[in-house]
Amino acid sequence: MTTAPFPAGSIVQVHGRAVVLRGNDIDTDRIIPARFLKCVTFDGLGAQVFADDRSEQQGLHPFDRPEYQGASVLVVNRNFGCGSSREHAPQALLRWGIRVVLGESFAEIFYGNCLALGIPCLQASSTDIDQIQQAAEASCDSQLSISLDPAAVELAGQRWELQLASDAQKMLTSGQWDATRQLLSKDQELTATAARLPYMQRFAAG
Amino acid sequence: MSSATLYDKVWALHQVAELPSGATQLFIGLHLIHEVTSPQAFAALNDLGLTVRHPERTVATVDHIVPTTSQARPFADPLAEEMLTTLERNCHENGISLNGLGSGRQGIVHVMAPELGLTQPGMTVVCGDSHTSTHGAFGAIAFGIGTSQVRDVLASQSLALNKLKVRRIWVDGSLPPGVYAKDLVLHIIRTLGVKGGVGHAYEFAGPAVAALSMEERMTVCNMAIEGGARCGYVNPDDTTFAYLKGRPHAPTGEAWERAVQWWQSLASGPDAVFDDEVRFDATAIAPTVTWGITPGQGIGVDEAVPTLEQTPEEDRPLAQEAYRYMELQPGQSIAGLPVDVCFIGSCTNGRLSDLRAAALVADGRQVAAGIKAFVVPGSEQVAAAAEAEGLDAVFRAAGFEWREPGCSMCLAMNPDRLEGRQISASSSNRNFKGRQGSASGRTLLMSPAMVAAAAVAGHVTDVRTLLPA
Repeated sequence: MTTAPFPAGSIVQVHGRAVVLRGNDIDTDRIIPARFLKCVTFDGLGAQVFADDRSEQQGLHPFDRPEYQGASVLVVNRNFGCGSSREHAPQALLRWGIRVVLGESFAEIFYGNCLALGIPCLQASSTDIDQIQQAAEASCDSQLSISLDPAAVELAGQRWELQLASDAQKMLTSGQWDATRQLLSKDQELTATAARLPYMQRFAAG
Repeated sequence: MSSATLYDKVWALHQVAELPSGATQLFIGLHLIHEVTSPQAFAALNDLGLTVRHPERTVATVDHIVPTTSQARPFADPLAEEMLTTLERNCHENGISLNGLGSGRQGIVHVMAPELGLTQPGMTVVCGDSHTSTHGAFGAIAFGIGTSQVRDVLASQSLALNKLKVRRIWVDGSLPPGVYAKDLVLHIIRTLGVKGGVGHAYEFAGPAVAALSMEERMTVCNMAIEGGARCGYVNPDDTTFAYLKGRPHAPTGEAWERAVQWWQSLASGPDAVFDDEVRFDATAIAPTVTWGITPGQGIGVDEAVPTLEQTPEEDRPLAQEAYRYMELQPGQSIAGLPVDVCFIGSCTNGRLSDLRAAALVADGRQVAAGIKAFVVPGSEQVAAAAEAEGLDAVFRAAGFEWREPGCSMCLAMNPDRLEGRQISASSSNRNFKGRQGSASGRTLLMSPAMVAAAAVAGHVTDVRTLLPA
């Protein structure tokens, strides 16, 4: 499987074909079943994404259908990624080729895990997501064009506005979505915070 | 916007800085790690040439992949063995304390940390595991994180986060006999939905919550995430302090007195303002069982599987998927549904009081013919305490297997799993498709006492009919 390079640096626009996955409350156990978590690297997860759902649907699952191969824009419904905190879920999607997710809503931990990998999760109303899904299915050869600021998606001459929280928008467009260095740059503030927390001082007098 | 709640106070105390994105950098007081979500974080740390900033604030154990029959090393499963050796190496190289197998302190991470007194009021607690919300039972802000965030906490003892709204879940009355903390939280999730809590911290309060033991509070907070709330908490009170006193990591002497004073100051007071509030009546709650494929698809044991007409329109496709997957008919009674496997354990319900409640039902009865029933204590400490009071003997005499501690069949990363279309009565927390190790396996969530009742009856049964009058 050949996919686009992993996200790096500033992410302002994402272009790609869509894969439509309908259904509310799709949990991370379905995205990557627990038995595939027995690994010490994420490398092999791309082929295992949605393993049980795909096996059950015998080739009819969107991730197996020929028209969706090579897609990079995942369009889902409500509360996508609920349940387990496993980052293996977005890591598996990333390795399958997903670079951006559009949906009505996302579970919080999943959303944060995606952000840390540079996968924008953008929201739209139930009606708009339904329209985007229908339009994508009707023209699965067409490229979607997603911009992060202002947040919007264009497909086959149509345009829908999307929602993206301002902090995620700033982090992604500035290329600072990988937080480690920013967090470490606050060395003095970290020391000061630890010093004012009583439990960090073992509740010593004073 | 909330103010003067425990959540607001603890958040303010742990604020390190405001980041350029507008997110808050929050200090993390306690970081728990296990073998599944940490190896890639340590690898990333090494790749970046970084070290662990506060190794004394990270504590490890092994729980997800451990077998519950024989825990002799090396494990029969080479992948499981590799995960544990990787954890052992990472802890050793980074000066992190590991409560390993046979240490007397190993256990499911959310059982282990509270019983050692590591989890304390007013802390921020994180772990690469969504059920970290459990630790909110102590009045901590506790939530699950992904592996990239595990890396960030190892490196900086902090995270980039946005503040949540605070919803108070007020529960009046008291739970009737045969109705447990598990039923309370399943009832809350059934009512508010699996995404009802997204964007919120849940403060559990009111007379029914105040009356709960610490172990019961942990059960409730554990499943906040199943209702979409990344963290749930209970204000610290005398029940909290009595539980903590004397535990290995609890303060002692004059430090204890200062700690209690500080902890008391953090509780939401009369001036606390919540973003919203939802009220429940504990006396109206029945033993609750899930019938579907999300924890929100629950019903009282005396109810029937809801029909499409009884289901809100937006939830109907999921209901139809659940009828098909679970092979249940709308309108069918849940009581009387035959089960194949009965599992008592997990970070939700694998503590001593859970085992006592189940043993009370199992005592003097026999597991029904053809049922596989097993009990997995939540930790080595729980196992030892249960064995000291003879609970293992009660379970064995009734035909249950008594196993070694671990996560076991809650998520089936070890050899314990459903086969084919088997249906399990489970005291765990998720009934997702394929959750218990078979891609077509089916799960009914319920309290440990209800699991014991299902085991002896061979089908879903109202535990209230089996309890002493």
